[in-house]
Amino acid sequence: MASPYRMKNAKFKVYRGNASEGQEVEYTVPVEEGMVVLDAIHYIQKNQAPDLAVRWNCKAAKCGSCSAEVNGKPKLMCKSRLDDFNLDEEINVRPMKSFPIIKDLACDVSWNYEVNKKIKPFTPKENTNWIMKQRDVDRVQEFRKCIECFACQNVCHVIRDHDLKPKFAGPRFFVRVAGLEMHPLDAADRLSDLKNDMGIGFCNITKCCTEVCPEDIHITDNAIIPLKERIVDKYYDPFKMIFRKIFGMQ
Amino acid sequence: MLDRFEIHEHDVLVIGAGGAGLRAAIEASANGVSVGLVCKSLLGKAHTVMAEGGIAAALANVDKEDSWQTHFTDTMFGGKYINNFKMAELHAKEAPERVHELEHWGAVFDRTNEGKILQRAFGGHKYKRLSHVGDRTGLEMIRTLQDKGVHMGIDVYMECTVTKLLKDGDRISGAFGYWRETGKFVIFKAKSVVLATGGMGKMYKITSNSWEYTADGQALAYNAGAELIDCEFIQFHPTGMIWPPGVSGILVTEAVRGEGGTLTNNKGERFMERYDPKLMDLSTRDVVARAIYTENKEGRGSVHGGAYLDISHKGADYVKKKLPSMYHQFKDLADVDITKGPMEVGPTCHYSMGGVRVEAETAMSCVPGLFAAGEVAGGMHGANRLGGNSLSDLVVFGRRAGLYASEFAKKNSQAKINEKEIESSEKEVISFFENSGENPYAVHMDLQDLMQANVGIFRTENDIQKAINGLSKLKEKAKKVKIEGSRMYNPGWHMAYDLQNMIMYSEAIARSAIQRKESRGAHSRIDYPDPNPDDATWTSLIKLGTNGEMVVGKAPVIPMSKELKEVLKNDEGRVSKYSNLLK
Amino acid sequence: MVTILNQSKKETFGTTQRKDLWWLEPLVYAIGLGLFLLYATWAAFQGKNYEFGPYLSPFYSPLLIFDWWHFSPAFLILWIPAGFRATCYYYRKAYYRSYFMDPPACAVSEGCSGEKYTGETTFPFIFQNIHRYFLLGATVLLFFLWSDVIKAFNFNGQFGVGVGTVVLFANTFLLTMYSLSCHSFRHLIGGCMDSFKCGYQFKIYEKISCANEHHMFWAWTSLFMVGFADFYIRMCSMGVWTDIRLL
Repeated sequence: MASPYRMKNAKFKVYRGNASEGQEVEYTVPVEEGMVVLDAIHYIQKNQAPDLAVRWNCKAAKCGSCSAEVNGKPKLMCKSRLDDFNLDEEINVRPMKSFPIIKDLACDVSWNYEVNKKIKPFTPKENTNWIMKQRDVDRVQEFRKCIECFACQNVCHVIRDHDLKPKFAGPRFFVRVAGLEMHPLDAADRLSDLKNDMGIGFCNITKCCTEVCPEDIHITDNAIIPLKERIVDKYYDPFKMIFRKIFGMQ
Repeated sequence: MLDRFEIHEHDVLVIGAGGAGLRAAIEASANGVSVGLVCKSLLGKAHTVMAEGGIAAALANVDKEDSWQTHFTDTMFGGKYINNFKMAELHAKEAPERVHELEHWGAVFDRTNEGKILQRAFGGHKYKRLSHVGDRTGLEMIRTLQDKGVHMGIDVYMECTVTKLLKDGDRISGAFGYWRETGKFVIFKAKSVVLATGGMGKMYKITSNSWEYTADGQALAYNAGAELIDCEFIQFHPTGMIWPPGVSGILVTEAVRGEGGTLTNNKGERFMERYDPKLMDLSTRDVVARAIYTENKEGRGSVHGGAYLDISHKGADYVKKKLPSMYHQFKDLADVDITKGPMEVGPTCHYSMGGVRVEAETAMSCVPGLFAAGEVAGGMHGANRLGGNSLSDLVVFGRRAGLYASEFAKKNSQAKINEKEIESSEKEVISFFENSGENPYAVHMDLQDLMQANVGIFRTENDIQKAINGLSKLKEKAKKVKIEGSRMYNPGWHMAYDLQNMIMYSEAIARSAIQRKESRGAHSRIDYPDPNPDDATWTSLIKLGTNGEMVVGKAPVIPMSKELKEVLKNDEGRVSKYSNLLK
Repeated sequence: MVTILNQSKKETFGTTQRKDLWWLEPLVYAIGLGLFLLYATWAAFQGKNYEFGPYLSPFYSPLLIFDWWHFSPAFLILWIPAGFRATCYYYRKAYYRSYFMDPPACAVSEGCSGEKYTGETTFPFIFQNIHRYFLLGATVLLFFLWSDVIKAFNFNGQFGVGVGTVVLFANTFLLTMYSLSCHSFRHLIGGCMDSFKCGYQFKIYEKISCANEHHMFWAWTSLFMVGFADFYIRMCSMGVWTDIRLL
């Protein structure tokens, strides 16, 4: 079948190199119908640069491996269709900026795994009968959609510009904590951790995490702000604090 | 001599961090031994996340009549009675406990009105049996196990590829591999090893599998002297995406048909009427896949060589609510609005029923100290797997493998690491850099073309023989592939190594397929179109010969207990078509 | 052609690979908010022309006239909606981006990177946490505004509807939606609990959540309308235009 796409070539500028030095190398890729950026990267790998490092697994936006910055925007490469770009201009593909580059498009994201370890695990209430209503788990299920592509971590200016990694857990892990804190049968309290160790106060709710989330999780509105409100309940609400003092409640 | 290598020592080494690997690591760790977990990708990216439909377990939350016996009966019929009976029994009995356990570790399944775990219907299951979370059940499972695992003190080695299992005489003694990041080698000493590396789909051109699925575990086990069974049974899922080319193979969940989607050919006929008038579009996966294939062979296929699957008659709101991820998948990747028109689908290589032959209770292979669980292990699903049975397989046998591997480690001391073996393994992997042959990606594409064309859905003696001949040529080519660049994060080099595994397993598939002169489950021979009940008494067996050649044989199916025979008696009509076991 | 990529954090302001008009959104918001602030300040300082017929400008409602207060009566109440909006979870995003450039847009460098950034953990931004008390105040004001709407139907003892009535009604409706869609209100209704007490609570929570998704829409429309309501009445009062009776 004749296709108008057959004629076209797309120009890519792909970062090649490691953390200390590197350059953008130009590649030309013939465009096929329905092609995504990851297809182009694979084409380059197969035909022009077999050692081009890139992470990918499912190619269906379900595993969250192929995060990169396409024309400066954090995206999953498997979900970035070429027809959404102006093919007269070159397309820039770079590794995520907030993490150290290993090689080419692969970054060292191990920091995220370290943060995850520090989160208090799910702790079920004692003697629960494991009955949960769907309406109570709706919220939690949204957070559990996260595929850990770390695009939110990458775009968050607290990490990206201010480099506050030691003090700040990042949107991905606020989402995770929200999933635990709002679990109807969870008994653990993570609010003081959130405030002190995970630095939720550094978040100034500028919503870039929500903008880039490929799973469409409303990170700011549904996870971070509700958690901030719960922290206000415990630490900042003067009347609630007095109330608790008087009645000795937790 | 070993000083120049990075060495890690554990009681139990688990290779693969999908559902089975994580579950095994958790069990072993809970049993008080030190555990290392090696994975080829980052933690949490395993292929398990692709599972959509659900996890099959007879909880009887929705259909009260359900029981392990019906689950067992369904699984056996699905596998056309050459399953390892014992595995199918353990699986059906233990799955409910494993599902509850996941919930206790934080998994949040969809709920019934009473607040229990909701279950949905699926092809081949008599009752509503699949616990699920929308259409992302696998992700829920991985995340639950991952988060459970990180608090148990398991050492995780991410982006590390194991290239060889090390042995001391018959006993397993560890594993040898490289870091993907640096290309440097690493040695793991272990008293027992659990293989949980998943499947092999990457040797087919059209597959729902990710790049990791290159039959690594099967090849590691084979090279270590373990036996492989049932290799001829490769499940082709009937509905994968076929257009545009970049997405071909990506899975379209069976739930589309479950929700009322219909399959038509280019004449607008509902062709399933001719292949399975009773179940129509909801027939078993092997039947539907063959039907679509036949329609194309006879010139009634869709524009891009598949069939049309249409759910748009259900209305936009219904589709978006019931199949949200399918809606987005087609909208985002193919620019097709499935609420307005049909999608084009075709068969895609999905799952390998065969794999490492293991003992049912302990999941140990014939190599002492080597265990296998999940897709890499064979036997549980027989000739065809039912949807939903693989997630339950992962946790049931993942747990068993972890438990018995840790018991084995407690009873045995660390076996010696053989320096010669290390040297040869190192050479084997590095040698590619000195080659001057073809590009590894080109050889991979040749392999995919060969397998897709000759050992696909329909097979004939001639085609399979062609594949076997072609494979021996590719084997030589693959040894000589040329690598560019350094050892640092070099996908070309990784591909060169993966190719050896894929070619080995391709040969196992072809040789097993040529041996089974009947059609059974996922194995369809045009020259032998019917099942032969006499052939239900054996499974094909592949092992490494003493001179490095591949030995093909038959292993008898284990005898079935009286109790299980009683269970199957209710289903005698279906059983007798495929097997003499009740006679 | 090759370029050396500098991955260090020390980038100048506005460095990005984005090719779209990333600066447009913050610019539009900066101008929009700026114009409103200018107008509101000017209108509040006037201290006159806030009434016309049965209409009372929302900037001056409730109208508090005290002998000891020598400034415009608007200042006695305007600190409540001002505080409500200043601590609002939506406006915070808008002004942190548009005015503080922290960040100016997603994946656009702030230039002045460094560890001095404290987010909302220190003075003055730590006071964002009392948003819920401004919500309380704003809710009280809403009662007055609704009573103003009722009064706006009363033309010297006779029922009637003027353009001003419609304007005041629209204004109060939008302000009500803005308050109902507030994140703190959503927290109060159900966000603070892990399990809902009953199906009704969940239904209300769902409705509030739905409104909350469009908080930005309510924030901007109500902001525009409250300014316009004052402007409309002010113009009537100054005789620039006349109020048209519809009924």
